[in-house]
Amino acid sequence: MNGLSLDNFVKRKVLAVQEFTEYLTNSIRHLFTPPRYLIDTLIQMDVIGFGSLPIVLLTALSIGGVLALQTHRTLSTFGETALLGQVVALSMVREIGPLLTALMVAGRISSGIASEIGSMLVSEQIDAMRALGTDPLRKLVSPRLYATVATLPLLTVLSDFFGMMGGALVSMSTAHLSSAEYWNSALQALHSEDIIQGLTKPFFFAVAIALVGCYFGLHTKGGTEGVGRATTQAVVGACVLILLLDFFYTKFLMAIGFF
Amino acid sequence: MDSLIGESKPALRDGVPEITPAVELRRVSLSFEEKPVLDDVSFRLGAGETLVLLGVTGSGKSVLLKLILGLLKPDSGQVLVDGQDLTPLAETELFPLRRKMGIVFQEGALFDSLSVYENVAYRLREEGEKDEEQIEHRVREVLRFVELEHTLDKMPAELSGGMRRRVSIARAIVSDPSIMLYDSPTAGLDPVTAHTINVLIAKLRDVQGVSTLVVTHRLADAFVLANFMYSPEKMALVPAAADGATGRSFTTRFLVLRDGLVHFWGSKEEITSNPDPYLRKFLA
Repeated sequence: MNGLSLDNFVKRKVLAVQEFTEYLTNSIRHLFTPPRYLIDTLIQMDVIGFGSLPIVLLTALSIGGVLALQTHRTLSTFGETALLGQVVALSMVREIGPLLTALMVAGRISSGIASEIGSMLVSEQIDAMRALGTDPLRKLVSPRLYATVATLPLLTVLSDFFGMMGGALVSMSTAHLSSAEYWNSALQALHSEDIIQGLTKPFFFAVAIALVGCYFGLHTKGGTEGVGRATTQAVVGACVLILLLDFFYTKFLMAIGFF
Repeated sequence: MDSLIGESKPALRDGVPEITPAVELRRVSLSFEEKPVLDDVSFRLGAGETLVLLGVTGSGKSVLLKLILGLLKPDSGQVLVDGQDLTPLAETELFPLRRKMGIVFQEGALFDSLSVYENVAYRLREEGEKDEEQIEHRVREVLRFVELEHTLDKMPAELSGGMRRRVSIARAIVSDPSIMLYDSPTAGLDPVTAHTINVLIAKLRDVQGVSTLVVTHRLADAFVLANFMYSPEKMALVPAAADGATGRSFTTRFLVLRDGLVHFWGSKEEITSNPDPYLRKFLA
């Protein structure tokens, strides 16, 4: 890479960060100002929330079960299998539930958003929209942002519950714990800070999922091949951003002595 | 050739200079990633006139339409619509100006998740029209204009290429724009369907007095618009002189772009008599 191309590469990256920052600011600002597209938002809530339900619940049930299986082996060494409920509940509510739900939704939704908006861009539908007096940020981005922010926390709650259900099934069948023993252990371990931590993370993750998907869709270049590239970039970008946000948000909560 | 470009020849209407052209570009330049697309382009489109924009693929024709709509901003120069410079305007400030314009994109650019009815009604809803009866009345009216009223409930994927362009025309004219922009409206269509589209363009121009800018690389279409006009009585195109509309061809101008530069600007007579080798290739 010669000096000139390195210079261009850096300029492009700086420009991309600048564009994303401007886009992020405008998207969030549009949430609080009219016009709002209520019907589009409801449709997106159905697509993003209800549509993601099967995959999110199945994953949570499976992970909760696997978590109980793996932990059971370790705990049984110390004769502490009664703690299974506690381990599964804390892991699911604090970390695995929000993170796994966000990653699953990112895989399904960021890619879907990027490919839909990317296809609209290459077929000039976005230009047509602007020509007909519509701001694409309001019409396309805001409803998806609203819908993801509204549905991801709800999906996370269900995911947490199904994860604990998976753990319960394994605990009862493998560790021979009674249902009461498992749920008592699980519920006693959970404190309000665990629940708050687990339920605030999805709001940040939702912003990442919707905005990254829309951003790559709106910056699609080069026809159908570009749509494919944008889709991949959206999933990778959203997943990386979710993991980074998770780390820094947890670190932040620890730094302020939240738990 | 440069002396022929827009500003040196203000458009005439009944011998009176047009004070405010419908569209005017003043020394517009635009580059994409340091590659010049348009270089010092100037021209004007008078109210009610037709401008045919010719050029090979990649000569900057479609970009020029997007500049006029404010979908792109020039690196330098001014783009004026009805006398108002739109280059310094923000996206929201452009919406009132865009209401004066309708555009037909190359492939129609219909919203593929919406029915024909919803596509055509889109602009009315965006402009705040709430009365569903009014919306339906207007949508039916413009679909009747393009002879596609029976497609109301169809989805764009169910339409042929020509029908999609006609729905796109209906969508563009639903709010009575005074300026129509067409981006290769007949590209990829069979001659019969292409003729139908040309008739619609002429009908809008001659019946409603819409200023028309047509991007094309089909010279035959350009000459149809220059030589014929729509007769409401005969419901067909007739030679301009035969309808008593003398001078129709003088209000149709030609602009040829070559590598982002204005290569030619003038009337039908001027382009056909010009010995320039590049123009001869176009006319061949």
